[in-house]
Amino acid sequence: MTIRKRRKAPPLEPVAGNGLLDRRMLLGRGIMFAGAMGTGAAGSLTGAGAEPLKNDPWSLEMGSVVPAYQVPSRFEKDVVRTRSNPNNEFRNSHARTPHHLLQGTVTPNGLFFSISHSALPDIDPAQHKLVIHGLVKQPLVYTVESLSRYPMVTRMHFVECAGNSAPMFSNEPVQATAQALHGLVSNAEWTGVLLSTLLEETGIDPKAKWLFGEGADSLSLHRSVPVKKALDDAMIALYQNGERVQPGNGYPMRLLLPGYQGNMNIKHVRRIKLIDQPAMSFYEAKTYSQILPDGKMWLFHFTMEVKSFITHPSFGHSLKEPGYYEISGIAYSGNGRISKVLVSADGGKSWAQAALQEPVLPKAFTRFRMPWRWDGQPAVLQSRAWDESGAVQPLRPEFVAARGQTSTPVTNPLGFPNQHYNSITSWGVDNSGGIKHVYA
Amino acid sequence: MFTRNALFALSLAFTFGAGTAVAETPGLGKPINEADITAWNIDVLPDGTGLPPGSGTPTQGAAVYSQKCAICHGENGVNPPAGYLPLVAPSKFDRIDALKTVTYYKYATTLFDVIRRSMPYQMPKTLTNDELYALSAYILSLNKIVGENDVMDAKTLPQVKMPNRDNFIIWAPDKI
Repeated sequence: MTIRKRRKAPPLEPVAGNGLLDRRMLLGRGIMFAGAMGTGAAGSLTGAGAEPLKNDPWSLEMGSVVPAYQVPSRFEKDVVRTRSNPNNEFRNSHARTPHHLLQGTVTPNGLFFSISHSALPDIDPAQHKLVIHGLVKQPLVYTVESLSRYPMVTRMHFVECAGNSAPMFSNEPVQATAQALHGLVSNAEWTGVLLSTLLEETGIDPKAKWLFGEGADSLSLHRSVPVKKALDDAMIALYQNGERVQPGNGYPMRLLLPGYQGNMNIKHVRRIKLIDQPAMSFYEAKTYSQILPDGKMWLFHFTMEVKSFITHPSFGHSLKEPGYYEISGIAYSGNGRISKVLVSADGGKSWAQAALQEPVLPKAFTRFRMPWRWDGQPAVLQSRAWDESGAVQPLRPEFVAARGQTSTPVTNPLGFPNQHYNSITSWGVDNSGGIKHVYA
Repeated sequence: MFTRNALFALSLAFTFGAGTAVAETPGLGKPINEADITAWNIDVLPDGTGLPPGSGTPTQGAAVYSQKCAICHGENGVNPPAGYLPLVAPSKFDRIDALKTVTYYKYATTLFDVIRRSMPYQMPKTLTNDELYALSAYILSLNKIVGENDVMDAKTLPQVKMPNRDNFIIWAPDKI
């Protein structure tokens, strides 16, 4: 009999201020608290004894019918998207993902964020067509049926509205959940046909430097995309997390542009036209052009840059008692893979490296985790991400210096003072376990 | 009689036709003529490509506007109902959260294009070409960008100099 030598237990001392513990604790070897294990009060870490166990009613009778399409337990009824236009008034509608109530990296289809500028078109997939024309050798028309016979790829990618996190431009922190602040980003496994495959069939006139995708919605929403990006990793996505793309996410097909601002990922795409100049569509000429503090304006800020935020614990949660908690959140970058996430519990005075949940995929959510022993004193939790291109999530002072902030506090967390906020988020924990949004 | 080698050579020639290594694709797209795309081919580019025949003046546009646009965008493009955008505002962008309207656009073609494809919100794609030019002329004149009697057509609209035209910078030219 061989005795496997136990690897040295990870350090139990904090690796950064306010109780951050070594991430190697999370590598499947259990959590060892020297102090807690040593005291051994009835084997309990908290000291409170558990009550005697009994059989509940659901353990004593047959349950309810199994539905054809299952939905979460009725006890999860509050895990829903928050909507900006529940009565379908004549304007756009936002539905935000409840990040503070989810875990892992895949956003369930029912909770995937959605922005619709003229509500949801009721598209018959048998009638839907996609035409590719303009500066091509041969214009071609595709159907859902014909595309379903093409070679497909499956890739995990986030989609983020350029206006996600916009309330963070407020000069004072808006008191709101990660859902309200950061709910316009979600992550899914997309399956479809690479746009480069279809462009190979139509041929490309060398004069074509741009193309635009256009939707079958009532606004015929369109956005210009460099041909360079279209040939890189653009996809006509037909499936989202294994089932057909949701109506709010582009049924029956959407243009997926990994890492590019959400609005460019044209939903219900019915036309792609190759052109020699950007179309300067409404959304690229105005809505998704950003005013800078020096009075200049950006055009074509396509890439969603490296960003992270802590989802657990965060605003809307409270810590019941001092002791062990896992800090976790999501990180992503339109440039590629996340390479590193640091976490601070003392407002940025000291930082420690978080564990990254494998697999770490390009232009996709990466879940980071950090073991933490809260001592019951005030703490400020922050995360900061790096990507494989070398880009780093800016600290708030440097971000505000470059991009500005509002001159008066933002009162509506659903407003859009500006776009492309990718600085850090800080959650302030008070000594009663309450959590506020703070700037630190 | 074909030998196995001859068949192999034939299949190679088919796959790599003309000696270039082109990946084979299913080829299930149906060819279509540009003429048959007309109903969808509504985009207008900054240089005026795609502008249809027709013309209109601010005066003609005012009549269409009060009937089909004012209910959401306000009489004369100002004071719309809460939650809806005005169409008249100064071309002044000295705050990061300044109100962006028509005066923000780099090119006047954006205005024509968005009305043509998206407006009126409840019945888009129902305006005539003359109405589109007239509304463009009216909204530009409300913002003092064109004169009260200027005629907008496929020739004049792309030549309108927008007040904010020279204030844009491209975020990352190497990505284009």
